[in-house]
Amino acid sequence: MATVEFKGKTFEIDEDGFLQRFEDWSPEWVDYVKEQEGIKELTDEHQKVIEFLQDYYKKNGIAPMVRILSKVTGFKLKHIYELFPSGPGKGACKMAGLPKPTGCV
Amino acid sequence: MAKHETPLLDELTKGPWPSFVDDIKQEAARRHENKDGVEYQIPEDVCDDLLGVLELSYKDKETHWKHGGIVGVFGYGGGVIGRYCDSPQQFPGVAHFHTVRVNHPSGKWYTTDYLRKLIDIWDMRGSGLTNMHGSTGDLVWLGTFTEQLEEIFYELTHNMETDLGGSGSNLRTPADCMGMSRCEYACYDTHALCYALTQEYQDELHRPAFPYKFKFKFDGCPNGCVASIARADMSFIGTWKDDIKIDQDAVKAYVGGELKPNAGAHASRDWGKFDIEEEVINRCPTNCMSWDGSKLTIDNSECYRCMHCINTMPRALRIGDERGASILCGAKAPILDGAQMSSLLVPFVPVEDPFDEVKEVIENIWDWWMEEGKNRERLGETMKRMGFQKLLEVTGTKADARHVQYPRENPYIFWKSEDVPGGFERDIQDFRSRHQR
Repeated sequence: MATVEFKGKTFEIDEDGFLQRFEDWSPEWVDYVKEQEGIKELTDEHQKVIEFLQDYYKKNGIAPMVRILSKVTGFKLKHIYELFPSGPGKGACKMAGLPKPTGCV
Repeated sequence: MAKHETPLLDELTKGPWPSFVDDIKQEAARRHENKDGVEYQIPEDVCDDLLGVLELSYKDKETHWKHGGIVGVFGYGGGVIGRYCDSPQQFPGVAHFHTVRVNHPSGKWYTTDYLRKLIDIWDMRGSGLTNMHGSTGDLVWLGTFTEQLEEIFYELTHNMETDLGGSGSNLRTPADCMGMSRCEYACYDTHALCYALTQEYQDELHRPAFPYKFKFKFDGCPNGCVASIARADMSFIGTWKDDIKIDQDAVKAYVGGELKPNAGAHASRDWGKFDIEEEVINRCPTNCMSWDGSKLTIDNSECYRCMHCINTMPRALRIGDERGASILCGAKAPILDGAQMSSLLVPFVPVEDPFDEVKEVIENIWDWWMEEGKNRERLGETMKRMGFQKLLEVTGTKADARHVQYPRENPYIFWKSEDVPGGFERDIQDFRSRHQR
């Protein structure tokens, strides 16, 4: 498994660049990932999505359905793609440190 | 000399059927030769390593692809199926082996010019291997590396005016039968409807917003050449309302043996002389046909439009003129709660550009399922969980005998409070005043 070093932190990741362990997440991770996910500047709106995903994951042990993410954050799916160009799964969940989405994707 | 020994796979080069092993070996050799001087963007020996890893799987009887894979292009939430080999040191050519779903034209009609240009892109940026086509319909490109995905997407859209297909919890690539392009049974223009809805719902196709996957398929008639009733959450199946058109002279030509039954489909075996009574009249599921020796009659009010008589005597019998489609819902494979075929929702809907009646049904279903569907619950399962009645309600469809094959046999019947005189609010004391404890 690959490891990356960034701003003094070490992260273990898989081929798709997802964190291997949610506990390894730190704000530096977001900084490290944002470029490969097509994000120049991190805004409060990005932060809001990331925080909600993490809260939901901590409480429920899974990522929320897209509909719930939209409802709670108040961001339409279109806007989520404006924030995270590769979408809520590959973009936002990766930055939030959640496990890689699975299933018939 | 091949890169890997493949004794097991080599067995599959024998026999009459076109061998995928021969074809992949041919492509491997072509890449090594590289007559056109292509600047390959992924390893030249991708095909050799694919055969190598497949041979290993044949030996081990286990797959050698890692679990899952999340890759894609910016702006879309699907379209690419990521895949990584679990033995990348041994088979570096397929360390990444992502699949790209390319949206196909309705009916899969191509020009060689278009296919040549597509292959030029794939030759340079992919493995050169394809699946023509995936079961859902997409033209599938098999095997490339992550770095090439945006490059491929740029060339596809900018040079080929072609988009990716769907994957994930969204509307998957719609597909249809050949329809009116080359079939006299087509009751509506399947290509037109398939194309129009694919364009209309691009957003739903590229950015997963659904509880789970959702598929459309369009069959021009009940023969089901794209198997919509079994392979689509919403199946659109052509039909007609008026009478089957009978050409009595042509019927006589079948009886006289001048025309071959089923257009000669059973010619490879001697089934004897065509017997219209035995092969058509007695096979009609509703027994609504008769033949008096010179004239064929059909009681169209009793006809199911099963297609059997038309299929058997296509030169003599034709579909009616008042045409449209039936909409059926809920087909799915077994996971989780059992396989389903689609159930009839709208017996007849006109299919005319701009297809507003069709879109209304679709959008009503989506509004409901997107709100009520559980995570990874197919429409068919939501229908099972919440009841067919609910589907009728949300689509504004009046319940009709055609919605069931037979009525329920259990008496667990729910009533709405407003349909019961006095409603559900009752006082036990009032009851006790008449019935002692």
